[in-house]
Amino acid sequence: MKADLKEFISRFRRSRSACAGLAVLVIVVIAVSLSGMIPSGGRDEIDLDRSLEPPSAAHPFGTDAFGRDLLLMVLRGGRISLTVGFVARTISLLLGIALGTLAGYGGRRADSIVMRLADITFAFPTLLLLIAIMAVATPGLVTLFTVLGVVGWAAMARLVRAQVLAVREREYVQAAMAAGAGHFKIVAVYILPQCLSTLIVVYTIGLGMTIMAESSLSFLGLGVQPPAPSWGRMISGGIAFMRTAPWLTLFPGLVLTLTVCSLNLLGDGLRDILDPKMFSGAKTIRGGF
Amino acid sequence: MLRFMANRLLLLVPILFGVVTITFFLMYVVPGDPVLSLAGERYDEETLEGMRRELGLDRPLFIQYLNYLGRLARFDLGRSFVTGRPVSESIAERFPRTLLLASSAMLLAVAGGVFAGMLSTWRRYDRLGRPLMALSLAGVSIPVFWLGLMLIYLFSIKLRLLPPSGFGGGSLRYLVLPALTLSFASMATIARVTRAGFMEAGSGDFVRTARAKGLAESSVMAKHVFRNALIPVVTIVGTDFGSYLSGSVLTETIFGWPGLGRYIVQAIMKRDFPVIQGSILFMAVLFVVVNLLVDVSYGLIDPRIRQRGA
Repeated sequence: MKADLKEFISRFRRSRSACAGLAVLVIVVIAVSLSGMIPSGGRDEIDLDRSLEPPSAAHPFGTDAFGRDLLLMVLRGGRISLTVGFVARTISLLLGIALGTLAGYGGRRADSIVMRLADITFAFPTLLLLIAIMAVATPGLVTLFTVLGVVGWAAMARLVRAQVLAVREREYVQAAMAAGAGHFKIVAVYILPQCLSTLIVVYTIGLGMTIMAESSLSFLGLGVQPPAPSWGRMISGGIAFMRTAPWLTLFPGLVLTLTVCSLNLLGDGLRDILDPKMFSGAKTIRGGF
Repeated sequence: MLRFMANRLLLLVPILFGVVTITFFLMYVVPGDPVLSLAGERYDEETLEGMRRELGLDRPLFIQYLNYLGRLARFDLGRSFVTGRPVSESIAERFPRTLLLASSAMLLAVAGGVFAGMLSTWRRYDRLGRPLMALSLAGVSIPVFWLGLMLIYLFSIKLRLLPPSGFGGGSLRYLVLPALTLSFASMATIARVTRAGFMEAGSGDFVRTARAKGLAESSVMAKHVFRNALIPVVTIVGTDFGSYLSGSVLTETIFGWPGLGRYIVQAIMKRDFPVIQGSILFMAVLFVVVNLLVDVSYGLIDPRIRQRGA
């Protein structure tokens, strides 16, 4: 296991896309987390004398309609977008592991039920399903976590199932069964660790898509509700000022693109490092969410 | 081939059934009484009761579900709470505009993506190839709604070349920006897949054999490399169809394009549930059917898949 880790790190270092993606992601995450902790020096206070100032040395991203520093506001908006992304992905991961294992290990009937459910989930264009659910649900952060998380279960479950099926017949698993290991132990100790690399890759690739989906929903007014800031809402709020203050739309979108791009780079890099053959089908890559 | 197609068709039945069931229950859990939003401000208990009976909302859930299935079989998607117009009529009126937008975008994505992908393969080490690949990486990461706004800023507000929004009777000037916006992510994916396909096919044994037996380079390219490299492109067009549908919701909202996507967003604002339900169902069914067609066409291009699928 230790040797595996060493090998992984050395391969990771050689992958330019993985390194670049990780570097940018770390910078974004640090900046976003710091934005809520360090004193702002009055930059987040409403001051209409300063409203809609173009980018300058004092305010690199300019100021918003209330005279607040846009850079600070964008970074604070990122807290919600990133949190939603990570929490929703983790929900998808747990659901995917549970149902994927059930399908791959739990016998024929469980398998066909879970996989038909996955087919049905895939039958909806993802964002459209999200829009439909959010349109009828009570808006709020918890709803957003749950809905984004639940909708992403299917891709995860399919991959876990495929791995479980592949590993289940191996000799060491058979040996563990023969030695009388319980089902839980077999799954937890012998099967799931084998799926780890696949799960890491799918988690990362889906993270970018989840953050993008959250922004799209918030842009349409279906995601994060005011007054909480989020990138999607900031962009839609900037539309009214497109002619006079285009930076209000430009910068939140730029940071959002940068974040999603870094996650995609990292995901692509990890995929090449961990197992290039596993993802030969284009559908798997795109359907990561 | 027939068996392959029959197999795929059979798979369609449970999926469609699931889609219909989910859309039904989705709108059933709506918080609050749909009759209240239907009646508006002026109502009394008796009218509400009457409306409930008329809509069948006083019946048990299961009966309502059966009624819903029965209406669907007659292509009856209900009436809009706001305008009272049959939802199916509105869809029929608006969908052709979405189709125009989506198919233009798709054409643009395939043409631009394959071209960019080939270009960046042939000139992979020089000043043209690398930026192209970087752009294609960024392309899949740019949110479609933000890209649209940036294009409006550049081409409509700054350069004053193209109108920022509207339909303009479907004239080309109004179509360019939304189609480009909607196509971008898909174009970028196609460029990457084309490039990967050409690299892989170009170094394949069958290409070396074709060259070794003395085929002209143009023939090697056309018959052996091209065909193999483009198989994944067909898949992308198919799997991306869903992102065209979802993307049309955002793109149409930004560009004021009077298609089905904007219709859904307007319905959401007014909490017009029959419209949301009907339109989403329509798009999901369309998506399922298109995926089936892609599967089948995939089998047509690549006989290996046909045999595996049957």
